[in-house]
Amino acid sequence: MTERKIKIATTSLAGCFGCHMSFLDIDEQLVQLNERIEFNRSPLTDIKHCGPSDIGLIEGGVCNADNVRVLREFRANCKILIAVGACAITGGVPAMRNYFDLRECLEEVYLHGAGVTNPQIPGDVELPLLLDKVYPIQEVVPVDYFLPGCPPPADAFLAILLPLLNGAVPPQMADCRFYYD
Amino acid sequence: MLSQHSELKTGNNADADFIADHLLHRLYRLQQQHRHIPPQLMVEVAREFGLPVSQVVAVVNFYSFLYQQPVGRYHLLFSNCTSCGYQAGEVNLLALLCRQLNIASGQTRADGVVSVDETSCIGMCDHGPSMLVNGVPIVNLDEGRIKQLCNLIAAEQSLDDWPADWFRINNHIRKPDLLLNAPLECGDSLKKALAGDALLMLESIMQSGLRGRGGAGFATGKKWLFCREAESDTRYVVCNADEGEPGTFKDRVLLQCHADALFEGMTLCAYGIGAKKGFLYLRGEYRYLLGHLQAVLRRRYDSGLLGASILGQAGFSFDIEIVIGAGAYICGEESALIESLEGKPGIPRIRPPFPVTHGYLGRPTVVNNVETFIAATHIVQYGSAGFSAVGTEKSSGSKLLSVSGDCRTPGIYEYPYGVSIQQVLDDCGATQVQAVQIGGPAGSLLAKKDFNRQISFEDVSTGGSFLIFGENRDLLSINRNFARFFAHESCGFCTPCRVGTRLLENSIGKIADGRATWRDVDEIKQLSGFVRHYSHCGLGHTAANHILDSLRHFPGDIQNLLVQQAFTPAFDLDAALETARQMTQRDDADAHLE
Repeated sequence: MTERKIKIATTSLAGCFGCHMSFLDIDEQLVQLNERIEFNRSPLTDIKHCGPSDIGLIEGGVCNADNVRVLREFRANCKILIAVGACAITGGVPAMRNYFDLRECLEEVYLHGAGVTNPQIPGDVELPLLLDKVYPIQEVVPVDYFLPGCPPPADAFLAILLPLLNGAVPPQMADCRFYYD
Repeated sequence: MLSQHSELKTGNNADADFIADHLLHRLYRLQQQHRHIPPQLMVEVAREFGLPVSQVVAVVNFYSFLYQQPVGRYHLLFSNCTSCGYQAGEVNLLALLCRQLNIASGQTRADGVVSVDETSCIGMCDHGPSMLVNGVPIVNLDEGRIKQLCNLIAAEQSLDDWPADWFRINNHIRKPDLLLNAPLECGDSLKKALAGDALLMLESIMQSGLRGRGGAGFATGKKWLFCREAESDTRYVVCNADEGEPGTFKDRVLLQCHADALFEGMTLCAYGIGAKKGFLYLRGEYRYLLGHLQAVLRRRYDSGLLGASILGQAGFSFDIEIVIGAGAYICGEESALIESLEGKPGIPRIRPPFPVTHGYLGRPTVVNNVETFIAATHIVQYGSAGFSAVGTEKSSGSKLLSVSGDCRTPGIYEYPYGVSIQQVLDDCGATQVQAVQIGGPAGSLLAKKDFNRQISFEDVSTGGSFLIFGENRDLLSINRNFARFFAHESCGFCTPCRVGTRLLENSIGKIADGRATWRDVDEIKQLSGFVRHYSHCGLGHTAANHILDSLRHFPGDIQNLLVQQAFTPAFDLDAALETARQMTQRDDADAHLE
């Protein structure tokens, strides 16, 4: 009898996909891992909406209304939600815009910036509205675990995932390796 | 326009006698002149002092009273302390002030006439709502005075023509005891000490059981002896007159009434440890005392009590200089104070080594509180036996309490150590008391059941702040005030404190606004432990005390405000989209979040 595979969903909100790339850096161990897990919504699958999953990995902070909706969908469908990387946990690089007023940012980019032709603030309903600031994900939904680093090293993904796959509690942050490089 | 004469009130018309040649003083003068420190002048100052420009910029950034953008010709800093702040009464006087002046707090009005901001406690807690106007305290503010003040500014009246009683600061000594009652003739203690060996004097201080009055309570005699024994050819005496703990104002009164005893104590210390140089580090908020302190120093030099060959004793010389801070609570921490003395941002050092071996310029340094030096003078004058006979076993002598808040007679109360909290409350006419905060926001919040406890190092320890909260005070607003204080005053050096204090402020705000859940309370507890254990210095170690005390003693106040949900976001999601909605003129379903 084959064991039920653990379902994992992943997404990048206001992030750079660097955390996803670091996850792929576990290299050949992906093969073994793949025997135990299957991916739901993820850049690796092309599934558009997060279905019922065991673990959700969220990279990136929350910068717009769409991020909020995706994040809430993950929270509603994932038994365990993990904030992955500096942006998810603190807002990270995108949160550098928090030093400026949103109005200033949009006007600089779409109205007054160098080389702007036909200046206008885009207002198409297809475009998600920006929040006034970039927020860490735990300020929007409850988060179960935090995996720090920019990006978290490949080993750190295994350090948190393997115990979870085995039904154990992952180690505390202090015991993990974490990098900002 | 402000006349030249207005400088009288800031005390800086007096000559530069006894004022150290110090980066902060240079920057203060530039701030006065230009109402901010322009970048090109930072470069000039750096060259003048032989410092890297980065250090000068860091100093300007660090201290609250130095600005990179111009402030108004009338610069108003309203205290936000729970006792001398704008919300000490029923009405929010800062909001009233801003409305009247047509200005937002934290801004300079476009015409450059006036700027308004908040500042941490200015030590006028026995004088009701108070503010600094161009650095000078004005007290007993109420709605009437605020309106009158706005008219004076509108007419651009010189500060000299403002009502004199606004500037009148009383000492409010309500209950003198051991120190405040004893007459001290200038130089008498010094004569006694100089008649004997320095070691004998140290012995006497040790026998008295005197412990530091700033809060930590280290044995003073031992500190002086360690400094004396530390290997070096140069030693320093530093008086910490940077009392910034909200609710403390006893040093203000001591500097005003007992400056001689203070300088004598510093001179005794110099004799004991073999120092030739001393500093009085005065908090920027007390700059108005400068003229008085300079006059006392001048008199002491003229009487042969300072300078070369003190009291004719060849080889015993000691000079005192004053260094004035620029609005940084953290500089009350001794190693941060020393950094500030060295012309740097006041970031606490890693201890050990302690200042007694590696202090100012890396040399052995004694740093003591104003009250400690005065007690030392008393001990040398009257002997250690009389001193140690007063107080409790481990806390000899007396303690000055700065009593303020909801009571009939706020002011200075001196008691032998061991006095009960209830006794203090009875003496100052405080009835229907809900809680007292002892030792300032970093100290302990105590409820009624603890009012029989004692003020002493072995029970409730305090640097002197004694804040009383009556039954109709909203304690959570007090927590919010304190949380904000720590977030503002964190020096920013270490992440647990810099970020942790801000997160605590946010969480307390969430509770007070009625948006928090049990989950938030659990997170506050966890975060409090984290900030306490991982911070670099005492500020972080104690910043969460008031929250944990509230959770322990007044859990109901917090529970009643919690919403019965598993989770609520930290902010209003829909409101966070408002600017974008306005700019795109959208109002469709996707332009909103629940």
